[in-house]
Amino acid sequence: MKNDTGRRPDLSVVIAGVEFKNPVMTGSGTFGSGMEYAEFVDLNRLGAVVTKGVSNVPWPGNPTPRVAEVYGGMLNAIGLQNPGVDVFIERDLAFLEDYDTKVIVNVCGKSIRDYLDVVEKLADLKRVDMLEINVSCPNVKEGAIAFGVNADSLFEITQKIKRVAAQPVIMKLTPNVTSISEMAKAAEAGGADAISLINTLTGMKIDVERQSFVLANKTGGLSGPAIHPVAVRMVYEAAHAVGIPVIGMGGIASWEDAVEMMLAGATAVAVGAMNFADPRITEKVIDGMEDYLVRHGIDSIRSIIGAVK
Amino acid sequence: MADMKTKTGTTVIKNTKIADGVFDMTLRYPEGKAPSEVKPGQFVGVFMNDASKLLPRPISICGWDPEKRDLRLVYRVAGKGTKELSEASSGDAFEVLGILGNGYDIRVLAGKRVLLAGGGIGAPPLLGLANALAGAPVPAQVTAALGYRTADLFLKDEFEKTSRTVIATDDGTYGFHGNVIDAVRNELVREGELPFDVICACGPLPMLRAVKALAKEFSVPAYLSLEERMACGVGACLGCVVKTAGEDPHSHVHNARICTEGPVFKAEDVEI
Repeated sequence: MKNDTGRRPDLSVVIAGVEFKNPVMTGSGTFGSGMEYAEFVDLNRLGAVVTKGVSNVPWPGNPTPRVAEVYGGMLNAIGLQNPGVDVFIERDLAFLEDYDTKVIVNVCGKSIRDYLDVVEKLADLKRVDMLEINVSCPNVKEGAIAFGVNADSLFEITQKIKRVAAQPVIMKLTPNVTSISEMAKAAEAGGADAISLINTLTGMKIDVERQSFVLANKTGGLSGPAIHPVAVRMVYEAAHAVGIPVIGMGGIASWEDAVEMMLAGATAVAVGAMNFADPRITEKVIDGMEDYLVRHGIDSIRSIIGAVK
Repeated sequence: MADMKTKTGTTVIKNTKIADGVFDMTLRYPEGKAPSEVKPGQFVGVFMNDASKLLPRPISICGWDPEKRDLRLVYRVAGKGTKELSEASSGDAFEVLGILGNGYDIRVLAGKRVLLAGGGIGAPPLLGLANALAGAPVPAQVTAALGYRTADLFLKDEFEKTSRTVIATDDGTYGFHGNVIDAVRNELVREGELPFDVICACGPLPMLRAVKALAKEFSVPAYLSLEERMACGVGACLGCVVKTAGEDPHSHVHNARICTEGPVFKAEDVEI
């Protein structure tokens, strides 16, 4: 598709020196390592694949039921089941070698040492373009979110990870805080190269017929279109609080949602739960964004970032 | 790309109530978009047309007609999504993801003496299996033990076309008075020597636990078809896991994905 000047609009964005062919990424935990969706989506078209959270050792996750649908969204309490960083490197990263897309590895842990172990193991790997540090998962008892709801803890873990990380670091923030601006500033002060938000909002669903919790974990993270306006507001606030790039996510279900997030201040966006509703959603979002730029006579998507003040 | 998993628009050919809360639906694939292979025990994800319902409903396949490109789903209304499905009329459209999961291997079961154990809405995928086994080059000898709550039966007549069929009802209003497990035990002790080579079971979890215990007691191999709340249906979200005896191939944490490694498992491989 071409604009008035006859050129295709430029969809590329740059975060911490890493150039992405377009701003559309996958939300960690909703796309496996890309392998699971490679039969549905041309991974080469994506700005980046953001992989499922990986820890230093395998994690079994929570008991089932782990997922529940709610109006316009879903709750999950997977509990970060993952095979650990060694299997991840051998199998999942090796799989991604064949694709022309950036790879952002989401890292989780129960202690700072756990995070550092994973970050150190990934340091020498050329296939890893960036790290996304999950300090915002509401579904594990220790670690994870504990580091993301207190500005001092967030500052400390960011600083420690930055000391050992070879790749640029994105801190993934939780919306379950009083002030997202304060948390964004703490991550920036700790040296984060970028922040991503929002992770899921903590929710609960009760089965009224059985008079019991639907999720075995009782609470779960709410995602999907239902949370999109909350995410736009928080991306806007965070983008105004810090100078580092913001990756916006939370209920993106269409190109309009993605453009909205960028107008609010995001440099890139991630599509999460909607991958389940439409495995080809990411490609549709990319196509729709390009069409939007053409219709508005905009040469580069970078010029819409934060355009609505 | 015949083997590519895709989300495909299908058309409702029929959608008939066959028992209280149980519907028999036929969805037709468009020409050129039909799945290349469908095995008994596999499932599809059916998307609702109401976009506030995000997730595909995992529904087991009851039958597949490759000539007409017709997929048969027999489902129970269990929530808002299946309620919407039950209100569909012929001509309505539904998008379908799949064919998903691993089903039964007919080559392994062909020629064997097979006991099917179906509890309630566990019966439909077993009907697909019974029909496939009857059509195998070396047909299996199939007995179907089916449990229902009441005499409000469904699919019984179709099972009887290919299989010796034993019906149990919880309230005794039809057939054997008892649950399907009592009926399965009766079948296992029916003759002097063990009359079956393999059991294939689908139904509620307590029933599957009991089938697993019986299979161990009688030293007969069993396959269990499991269900769980799912999100993606393709192995990405790790929502629908079951504890396994050995390391699972994905996460190596004894938690296999029902949508991907299953839904059909060997009884001894799962800890339910």
